[in-house]
Amino acid sequence: MGGAKMARPFRETLKTKDFIVTAEAGPGKGSNTEKLVEHVELLKDRVDGLNVTDNQSAVMRYPSLGTCLLIKEHGGEPILQITCRDRNRLAIQADLLFAYSRGINNVLCLTGDAIDTGDHKEAKPVFDLDSVQLIHLVHTLNSGKDMVGNELDGGVDFCIGASATPSADPIEPQLLKFQKKLDAGMDFIQTQAVYDMDELKRFMENFHKMDNIDGVKILAGIVPIWGAKMARYMNENVPGIYVPQYLIDEIDQAPKGTKAAKGIEMAGRLIRQIKEEKICDGVHIMAIGREERVPAILEAAGI
Amino acid sequence: MIIAERKPLEEIRNMLAGYKRILVVGCGTCVTICWAGGEKEVGILSSQLRLASSKDGNELSVMEAVVERQCEKEMVLEELGDKVQEVEAILSMGCGAGVQTMAELFEEKPIFPALNTTFIGMPEKEGLWLEMCGACGDCFLDRTGGICPVVRCAKGLLNGPCGGTRKGGKCEIDPEKDCAWVLIYRRLEKQGRLALMRKYYEPKNYRVVKRPGKIEALEA
Repeated sequence: MGGAKMARPFRETLKTKDFIVTAEAGPGKGSNTEKLVEHVELLKDRVDGLNVTDNQSAVMRYPSLGTCLLIKEHGGEPILQITCRDRNRLAIQADLLFAYSRGINNVLCLTGDAIDTGDHKEAKPVFDLDSVQLIHLVHTLNSGKDMVGNELDGGVDFCIGASATPSADPIEPQLLKFQKKLDAGMDFIQTQAVYDMDELKRFMENFHKMDNIDGVKILAGIVPIWGAKMARYMNENVPGIYVPQYLIDEIDQAPKGTKAAKGIEMAGRLIRQIKEEKICDGVHIMAIGREERVPAILEAAGI
Repeated sequence: MIIAERKPLEEIRNMLAGYKRILVVGCGTCVTICWAGGEKEVGILSSQLRLASSKDGNELSVMEAVVERQCEKEMVLEELGDKVQEVEAILSMGCGAGVQTMAELFEEKPIFPALNTTFIGMPEKEGLWLEMCGACGDCFLDRTGGICPVVRCAKGLLNGPCGGTRKGGKCEIDPEKDCAWVLIYRRLEKQGRLALMRKYYEPKNYRVVKRPGKIEALEA
């Protein structure tokens, strides 16, 4: 807590570290931050950045910005996720100024899951901007101006991330959009969950053929699975996640009481392969409410 | 054309509670084509209202009329003439523009909407209408192969598909719906114009149409 040592800026980590590991911190519903702080304390020194979801799956929760402040207070390195779903261009810029003024220097620019996937289905979707426009906006703020060209009294200097979807079918329209993100200028990209290493390799082959990729780090998204039911549920309901059948079978065949260990082993195995074969520059682990298992996953991966 | 759907009978009856003489007014244009407020639908709703009222032991006098275009004042006046004087309230089966045109003309009478106006679209096949245009005032169709991402993408994205696209190019929110950006990709590919999908498009200018919208012809 108090007197916590300063975490290494994520931008510096991206430039210098061989294999980068970030983890997702998913805020809960309500003002009780006890569990969240527990997760932050557990993970802050084990990973290079803690990446906080913004009303994930369009379910209203404790905010990304508030959680990033907590991470900062506890000596971790926060990565602020901002989606375009809930705020217009004024609110997004104001939030970014606030974040930067409080030492939150990394932002992940996302479109945001559709309102229909969440728990406030009657809400008005904003989407004043899309993710590519959001990336441009952060660059504009970084240049010392707001979106309409007014000078900022006190600028910002964000390290900018975005997402990509290697499992998209068809992949071509996704790659064209990905190229626009790269054209805008990216520091890092974290992918949606990947399970199939051949698919990730194909994605990386595509990436290496794209323009404006110098210095862009790719973190593969890892979503551990804790049971066949959960995997099938995610396939049906979570946008952008496709768990292959052979992995569903593998966790299904694990005896009762060993599913958690199996899930840890399977996630660790993926990370180990990515690291050993140098498929990409690191991983982003999304344990979705099971953050306490992340250290075990890292051990299983040999990290 | 404008697409609308009829409100549930109960909701309409609640709006009309207490009135004994009403005029049901359909529209002969868009809502006739989408089976929501044409002559046939006026007849059906009027019968349902009469029947439901007499079941409840109430006498409800329902007059029927159809205006060729309910959003044109002259046509409304010509068709309805003195009928309005004979009733206590008017039930419009036009779109929101029709309802408001009549409300302007007959200020002394309460006007109730029998339809929910839903979107600008086209008939895809018998009994199926799809949204096509959001009337955004800043047409984008030249860049997208004639497919509107503003309304046909669930998030109205201008620079390509979101990461939630389902296998086979379906929409995140509905596996039955095509991802608009996959459709745009295929169309532009067919035309050899994929370079358009590589271009960055700036945030939309929402000031193009100052709401409420107003257009004045120069020679009016």
